[in-house]
Amino acid sequence: MSTKKNSVFSDPLISNNPITRQVLGICSALAVTVKVDVAMVMALALILVLTLSNIIISTLRKKIPSTIRIIVQLMVIASLVVLADELLRAFLFDISKQLSVFVGLIITNCIVMGRAEAFAMQNPPKYSLLDGLGNGIGYGMILIIVSVIREVLGSGSIMNISIFPASMYVENGGWYVNNGLMLLAPGAFIVLGLLIWIQRTVTNYIEE
Amino acid sequence: MAEVLEHYLSLATKAIFIENILLAYFLGMCSFLAISKKVETSIGLGMAVIFVNGITVPLNWVMKTYIISPGALKWTNISGIDKVDLSFLKYIVFIAIIAATVQLVEMLLDKFSPSLYNSLGIFLPLIAVNCAILGSSLFMGERGYNLAESTVFGISSGVGFAMAIVMMSAIRFKLKYSNVPDGLKGLGITMILTGLLSMAYLSFSGIQL
Repeated sequence: MSTKKNSVFSDPLISNNPITRQVLGICSALAVTVKVDVAMVMALALILVLTLSNIIISTLRKKIPSTIRIIVQLMVIASLVVLADELLRAFLFDISKQLSVFVGLIITNCIVMGRAEAFAMQNPPKYSLLDGLGNGIGYGMILIIVSVIREVLGSGSIMNISIFPASMYVENGGWYVNNGLMLLAPGAFIVLGLLIWIQRTVTNYIEE
Repeated sequence: MAEVLEHYLSLATKAIFIENILLAYFLGMCSFLAISKKVETSIGLGMAVIFVNGITVPLNWVMKTYIISPGALKWTNISGIDKVDLSFLKYIVFIAIIAATVQLVEMLLDKFSPSLYNSLGIFLPLIAVNCAILGSSLFMGERGYNLAESTVFGISSGVGFAMAIVMMSAIRFKLKYSNVPDGLKGLGITMILTGLLSMAYLSFSGIQL
């Protein structure tokens, strides 16, 4: 029993990671990873929504008629996203402005729908809770790794604190220039692509 | 007249090329990665996105302007109603409109145009959870477009998505014959190729409209 619990929680962290293996939730992983602090807030919001939606949907799983299950799932998720959005606006207004539409897009984030459909509809709430947490943390990990790479290379800082001495930059007579491409869309695609390569080489997974 | 036309034309160009919903804002990535394996299916999905986006963005504009914005219910003439602010319901209303439209479009197509239904059919349910559709509606709200502008924006961001997915599927078709490192096969190489494609689209950002 406890081994099942463990694997439900730990599988999505590395070997069955939602982003690099299950190909879910790529949109937000790319869009909100320019700065580390924004990515962390997004990861927290997603963990909250995913865990709660998994619990609620798996509690209701025997009462939801299968013909309208997508709409029921969407409504549950949308209400939770409204909750997360209002919380962010109340306590972290600046970051919520930077996240702009992407908090709302958690509704259509494939991770939440995908886990609801694939896991919570078939399993009791306590496993769904662990599955939600595991997938949320697995997603958050990738988000934070991508955002650290992009922020260090693109803005020369972590959490808005510069890590390179100012005298190193070209403006001050040094030799270093930040790589602006990392802040733009192509940087995100390429960093995530390389990360997927590393993850799949480590876990020995080959897609046919 | 010419000025008005130019305004809409530049809005469309911006949504299709400069601010491509997929390559610049990353919306709709999930279906983009899952569907872009074959050219025919990506054309089908692209068409369905243009169609549904062209309907839901203006429809959501109507909902936003006459029901959910602060004081939007003024037209009902009930006293005190102009203080009502339903904007916290935005996400729920938008997603409900999208899900309902998709269902409705599916039924109408099935009844009146079976041939179109057969080609779009299986993609329509997928679209309800495509972030590009909800994203366009949310962008429409944030940028304050009017009804005509949001129609143009809805259709042209759909066109941008369709173009990107068709291009990608053509590239992936060729990719079958190339020798890609094991761990990079599938998702990894697609991601990097999308990066290169989006880099190419960056060159449009120099255009001044």
